[in-house]
Amino acid sequence: MNLGNLPFIVSALLVVLGIYTLLFKRNLIKLVIGISLIETGVNLFLVMLGYRSKGIAPIYTFAPAGERMVLPTPQALTLTSIVIGLATTALLLSFAVFIWRHYGTLDVHRIKELKG
Amino acid sequence: MSALSVHAPVLLIAIPLLGAFAVPLIGKLGRGVRDAFVGLIAAFTAALAGLLAANVFGNGGAASVYVLGGKPFDIPLPSGMTAPIRILLEVDGMSAFMALITALVTLTAIAFSFSYWRERSGGSMYHSLLLLLTAGIFGMELTGDMFNFFVFLEVTSIAACGLIGFRVWLGRTQEAAFKVMTLYTLSGLFVLLAIGLLYGEHGGLNIAYLAHSLSGGIVDKIALGLLLTGLAMKAGAVPMHMWAPDAYGEAPAPTSAVLVANSQASLYGLFRVLFTLFGITVSTATTGWILIVFALLTIFVGVTMALVQSDIKRLIAYGAVSQIGYMLLGVGVGLATIVTKPTYGFVAMQGGIFHMVNDAACIGLLFLVAGAVTRAAGTRDLNKMGGLAHTMKYTSVFFIIGAFALAGVPPFNGFASKFLIYEASFKLSPFLAIIAILSSILLLAVFVKAFQGAFLGPKPASLGGGEAPLGMLIPMAVLALVVIAFGLFPGFFVERIVTPAARALWFGRDAYISAILGG
Repeated sequence: MNLGNLPFIVSALLVVLGIYTLLFKRNLIKLVIGISLIETGVNLFLVMLGYRSKGIAPIYTFAPAGERMVLPTPQALTLTSIVIGLATTALLLSFAVFIWRHYGTLDVHRIKELKG
Repeated sequence: MSALSVHAPVLLIAIPLLGAFAVPLIGKLGRGVRDAFVGLIAAFTAALAGLLAANVFGNGGAASVYVLGGKPFDIPLPSGMTAPIRILLEVDGMSAFMALITALVTLTAIAFSFSYWRERSGGSMYHSLLLLLTAGIFGMELTGDMFNFFVFLEVTSIAACGLIGFRVWLGRTQEAAFKVMTLYTLSGLFVLLAIGLLYGEHGGLNIAYLAHSLSGGIVDKIALGLLLTGLAMKAGAVPMHMWAPDAYGEAPAPTSAVLVANSQASLYGLFRVLFTLFGITVSTATTGWILIVFALLTIFVGVTMALVQSDIKRLIAYGAVSQIGYMLLGVGVGLATIVTKPTYGFVAMQGGIFHMVNDAACIGLLFLVAGAVTRAAGTRDLNKMGGLAHTMKYTSVFFIIGAFALAGVPPFNGFASKFLIYEASFKLSPFLAIIAILSSILLLAVFVKAFQGAFLGPKPASLGGGEAPLGMLIPMAVLALVVIAFGLFPGFFVERIVTPAARALWFGRDAYISAILGG
């Protein structure tokens, strides 16, 4: 199946949506979602870099001869990036929980002990 | 001994990393055992950094490669193509210089922490995160691979935000940690996107290999823009600085010093990208002037915001932001003139790079003093303090030394590096030097005001404040000695460690590439 440039457009769209969310939303949970969207966009971009049309999984053992393989490196990068993303998202959400406990709100405009 | 010096680059990353995960276990054996273990790890890491620096600078700052796995890294593929594989660390004068700074700051911060955390809980977590942050910073400075750079960048982000936010009983730390984590993650994703673009364009992740095949096409330029934004954001350059005062201000005082070292590691990444990765394949006049504009904004905004602070740590934090600008100014002037290579361009490079170690020493000293002061006084508000010099004699002297060095008053170290920056940037454009000098004078005013508020005048009766314990005074004294030594003998240090570092960036692109690719 040939997808053409569609996945790249989708990943750019995800990044732009994520940046929009970061800039214009006030709820902390939505900010975490925005970060997550950007991350997904970047990960999709990385996977697409290594994709070859009609490629098979890059495992040499028992691989049929002459078949095209997708590139393994971007997949390794994506895996690492997903794991890092899990850690950052978990950390961000736990900070959001503690902010809720301290201030009773998740609205960024009402949490402003640190200004100037 | 020789095995130790051969394997120093990887041990610098591995030992703090293993230490970080062992600390919570060893902490179960008791506080004394844990502190001894952490101290041992920190001292050994610092000794390794010294050994690495001695090797590299003994070699004139030439680039050397360390291969993980111990086998050759340039095995030809079946198709006949040769590309560097395996995990590679590449160390040149600049990397060794940064490793020295990191070792100095982390060793003094960890030594200070033993007294600072004596009466508080959570010490095991704290030391674990601090060692993890150290490992990440060393990783960023020594790696020869873009993707590993990204991984270590994220290690420092997560460890740094853990350190800022682990005191969950304080609301403001949570607010700061959330903000910092959001911006750190965003900057990391920019860097990752740029790495993806470079990989897609050139099919490699090794810095030397990428530098060799870069052509300065449109994709490379987009990647450069993303890297510049991401790394400047993580270094705290204005206008992406809004996380920095929160991070430095709300982290425990000894950690703030290490966070500044972390920002400097991002700055190192930025310089590595601009000089070694891209170099002259893109217009260096443009990239140099972009750095200079960032630098002037950072200097000016940092100082003017410091002027209005009444919280002692936040005031020092804005001072730290402004100093990032001086480093950017020096190196920016160097980058803008790299094609014609005039003498003053190299002087500017020396000034900017020399200022990194000077800033690490004097900002580190000021944050440690702020930690001692807030611990003794029980408040961070300068309006509620006063007269602390009566009881904290040594601490107040250390504050003066740090403040004068930061503002660039002779004979302290800040003057030595700032003077090189003024001199060289004046030759490029007098306007740059005027902004830089005026901001330094303003900074002096800020710190005189802070000194007067905290240490002079009558002491409020409710204010606590005995002299800091010896465990805190010794790390401060070490940093103060560094400040004075670098101020009194700048020529010695510039010649021994700064010039090889500046040379590695300014002239060393081809050497960096050929250390990996040969020829």
